[in-house]
Formats: sequence, C-alpha cells, structure tokens
Amino acid sequence: MKRILVRRWICSLLMVGSLVSPLYSLAEEGVKLDHAPVDTSNLPSLQRGAQHFMNYCMTCHSAHLARFDLLEQIGLSKKQVEGNLILTNAKIADYMTVVLTPKDAKSWFGVPPPDLTVEARVRGADWIYTYLRSFYRDDQRPNGWNNRVFPNVAMPHVLWQLQGQQVLQHPGEAESLVLMQKGQMSAQEYDQYVGDLVNFLVFMSEPTRGERLHLGIWVLGFLVLLFFAARALKHEFWKDIH
Amino acid sequence: MMSQMMGWIDARFPLTKVWKEHLAEYYAPKNFNFWYYFGSLALLVLVMQIVTGIFLTMNYKPDARFAFASVEYIMRDVDYGWLIRYMHSTGASMFFVVVYLHMMRGLLYGSYRQPRELVWIIGMAIYLCLMAEAFFGYLLPWGQMSYWGAQVIVSLVDAISPTVALWVRGDYVIADATLNRFFAFHVIALPLVLVILVFLHIVALHQVGSNNPDGIEIKAKKDPETHIPLDGIPFHPYYTVKDIVGVVVFLMIYFGIIFFAPEMGGYFLEENNFIPADPMQTPPHIAPVWYFTPFYAILRAIPQKQLGIAAMGLAVVIFFLLPWLDKGLVKSIRYRGTLYKVALGAFVVSFLILGYMGTLEPTLWYVNPVSRICALVYFGFFLLMPVYTKLDKTKPVPDRVTS
Repeated sequence: MKRILVRRWICSLLMVGSLVSPLYSLAEEGVKLDHAPVDTSNLPSLQRGAQHFMNYCMTCHSAHLARFDLLEQIGLSKKQVEGNLILTNAKIADYMTVVLTPKDAKSWFGVPPPDLTVEARVRGADWIYTYLRSFYRDDQRPNGWNNRVFPNVAMPHVLWQLQGQQVLQHPGEAESLVLMQKGQMSAQEYDQYVGDLVNFLVFMSEPTRGERLHLGIWVLGFLVLLFFAARALKHEFWKDIH
Repeated sequence: MMSQMMGWIDARFPLTKVWKEHLAEYYAPKNFNFWYYFGSLALLVLVMQIVTGIFLTMNYKPDARFAFASVEYIMRDVDYGWLIRYMHSTGASMFFVVVYLHMMRGLLYGSYRQPRELVWIIGMAIYLCLMAEAFFGYLLPWGQMSYWGAQVIVSLVDAISPTVALWVRGDYVIADATLNRFFAFHVIALPLVLVILVFLHIVALHQVGSNNPDGIEIKAKKDPETHIPLDGIPFHPYYTVKDIVGVVVFLMIYFGIIFFAPEMGGYFLEENNFIPADPMQTPPHIAPVWYFTPFYAILRAIPQKQLGIAAMGLAVVIFFLLPWLDKGLVKSIRYRGTLYKVALGAFVVSFLILGYMGTLEPTLWYVNPVSRICALVYFGFFLLMPVYTKLDKTKPVPDRVTS
C-alpha cells in the first residue's frame, strides 16, 4: 500500500513537470513558428545548405568557432571544399572567419552581424526557418525590409531574388504575408532552399549530433542488459533476507 | 600469501578494520526502499563531476577572451570532448535532482531527528557548498546567462555592501578577474571542501547508524549472542548489489539525457548561454538554472531588496534547524498523523511552484502573487512545525521494521 502511494506520488510529480515545460516555451513566442525540416543525417541536404551558407551568409556572418574541415564530415573532399566552397584564400583547417570588419559592419547595419556557429542552438531551427521566410517590404525601414519574426531587424532580405518580394497585409491580429513580386524560385523551392540552409546551421551548431544519437543507442542498449544482470545479482543475494 | 600481505598492511594501516566497520559489518536496516538509493547516487555523481571536470580543465581556458571559444573547442575538436562536457553539464543538474530527493527522504522518514542531527547538519553544509560550486561553475562557459546570472547574484551582495561586492568580483562589473577567481573556487577550493564534508557525513552516519522507512532504531533490538541488530543486514554485499541496480537505472536516465536531450529543453543548458557574454547588452529575461529558481522566486516575491535577500537566505538556512523544530513523537511519515502529511505535501507543492515561478518573467501578472502565497506556505512549514508536530495524532510505532 505504502509503495503504491509513493509511486503514485512520483507519477503525479512527473506529470506536473511535463505540464510545466510546454507552458514555458509558449510564453516566449510571439509569431507562430513553422516546423523546420531538420535531418542532419541527410548529407545531400547538408551539402546544399553548406553551399548556400558560403554563398550568402558568410558575406557578412562569420562562423569563427568552426573550421572549414567541418565540411569533410558531410561527405565533401578537401579538394571540393578548398576548390568550390572557400571563397577566400583560407585553408581547410582555418576557422570560418569573415572579411567584414566589426567596424564596417557597425557603420553599415548599425549592429555587427552575429556569429552563426551556434546560432541554431540560440534561436532554434524553427525560428531561423520561419525568420528567413518572413521578410517583407517596408519603406519605413532604412534598408527597405522588415521581418515578422524579428521586427525592425537590421538585416536586409539577402535572399529576395530567390524568394521574391512579400508585403504585409492587414497588419495586426489577422496579418499575413503575400507575395507581391515573384522571385526566381517557387514557394516550394524556396522553402526547400531555406530548409537545407537551416539543416546545415543545425549541423554546424553541433557537428557531433549524429555521433551523439548513434552512440546513445548503443550505450542505452548496454545499460538495459546491465540492468537485467544487476537485478539478477541482487535477487540472488537477497534470496535469504525476509 | 594474501593473508600474509593483509597482515602486513593491517599492522600498519587499519584496512581490514575499516572494511569491516564501514562495509562488511556495517549493519543497515533491511527495509530500505526507493528513497534510499540517492545517497550512493549522490556519491557517484560527485565522482563523475570530479573526473569529467579534470578532463574539461585540460582544454578550458579561464580567460574572458577565450573561455567561450574554448568550450566550443572542447565540443568540436577535442576527442569525445562533447561527451565529457555534456556529462559535466548534465551531471550538475542531476546532482541537484539526486540531492533534492535525498533531502526529501530525510523529511519523509525523519532522518534528521535525534541522534542524527549532525548527519543532517553536515548534509546541509554539503548542500550549501554544492550551491556555491554550481554558481561558480556556471560562470565558466562565459555565455550571456553565465555572465548576467553572476551579475544578478553578485548585485545581491552589492545591495548589502558594495565594498564586499567589489572584493568578490575583483572589478566593478563581472570581468576577467571574476572569471579567474571563480575558476579557482570551482576547480579546487569548493571540491576540496565538498569531498571533506562528504567524508564527515559518512563518518557521522556510520557512528549512529542508518535510519529507515519505519523510523525505528534497529540497534534497540539486538541478537543477545552476536550483538548484531535483528533487523540489520551487512551493507556489503546486500546494499552494494542493490545499489548497483539503482546506479544502472540512474545511468539510463543520465545518459538518456546526455545522448538524446542534452539541453533538456533549455533547463540544463539555456539557449542564451550559447551567446558569448556581452557586458554591454543585458538579456531581456534573466533566469537562473532550475535548481536555484525556488529561492530566486522567493527573492523576487518580496518588494524590498534587502528583505528579499534575507528571506532567500533564510529559506536555505532554515533547513539546518529542522532537528529542533520537529517536536513529533514519531520519525517516519508512516506513523505521523494527517497534520504532518498535509504540511509536507503543501511544502513540496509550494517548492515546485516556486521553482516554476522563478523561471518566468516577473512581469506576468500572476508571478508575484503566486510566489508570495507559496513563500508563505514554504516558511509556514518550518515555523509552524513545533506546533503541528506536537498536535499531530500519531500512530503507534511497531517494535520491529516492517517490510
């Protein structure tokens, strides 16, 4: 009886805990975020994402806590990385720094663009995925762009030629983004493009993620076996205790 | 050969004596339940924190310019550095999970009561030390939460004495000097004190013997010939093999978190701590790690700052007085009356709600009123204890332990 009570008590504690955590995340969100298609085992997606990152993001953003050899982990050779993806004279073991100086950045954008090495762990994949698809034209802003997820952001819509130009309709409760001028890509292609990019950012923020998930299954498997062995040992010793 | 060697050692060091006194002939009550796993688990986590900590120090740089990057270096370039770092960061949170459950056991079965007052007091000293250890360690990754969390806590000292706060920081704000000294406290000063206190905790426990879920002194009923407690069994092998089962279950949860949810939804590793510390930019919302939030909620619930600090301090220190606040006739909750059960239940619920309130932004309308009510319940549990434990209708305690 006592044991059941204690167990029931622990169960209710756990339930309180699980109720609490979703509330916490709701409290922080303003705009509803779309689900990012993250799969860090999808190498072609990561390779495309890396390419998009080098072509667009790294013009201004650094990833200076990671090295270019990171790209060898997603199935690219040293030759491919140095020949096609490194756009400066950096070597493969160099950190992914950027030529833009903080001083210039400050005078052009008002704030230096943040380093993106672990940005996916700060904002979360869904946030970045939604953010990069939520730019709209706003003549009130110095660079002509605004963003629904990050209002009055200093960053202009770098990918506008791909996505096209959106406008914000019915600002307020029922606001929505509508494509005013078509870009080079269809909406579906653009979502895929941003999805690959976000996938790469998630990979870059924790390159050992794949290894972690893989190793975890073996470790837990071993512990399950060890549990049965330990329990059998305990029962063997405790047979004579009444 | 073996016995000769043991004889040689025993003539010079009481090895066999210590082995017998503390393991093979240390008689523990045979009715330990679920709640009795957490002592050995706390010891396990302490050892793991020390070992992973040693490996982290090999690559961590306690320098404001390099600290953040050196942690990412460990995560990326050091072989299995990510695993060691996650073991350490998850270990910190799991240490508090285990210690809170260990303390809860004391409250359930009256383990702090006479003759175990010193076991409890040393245990509380360990808890205080652990809080300091966690606080100093949290600055080391040098992220935004590290920096601003430390800034907030040291500003509490500032509210009492700016001179002392300046002396603690070594600068007018949290800075490189602070990082260096916190590193020194975290890797050597406090771990040393912790290990010594844990040693004393066990020595004091083995002097008086373990309590049990019935709150009965097993030493009162001994075998007339062997003088072994009738309800006692040797700690080794019985509880060593039983604790191994507990250890394996604990490791499943611990490694489950490490491998599949190392951030634990932002509770074990906060998102903002992946932004390097920036003294020029205060984050909009500063919350301490979950294990401090109940006390942080009490601090915020009181409008006057100095009083808030006093209340927060009291909320921790008041645990020391438990052995003298409890006037109950019985130790274990099994034989207590309704009053104590209700009081303990209300205390646990208020502690959990306070913990949750401490993670929320204080601007939400319900945070302050709810925190105040829970703080009243929290302090009421202790301050009214002499009254309700005396009035409580207890049940008769059996002579021998029940299974």
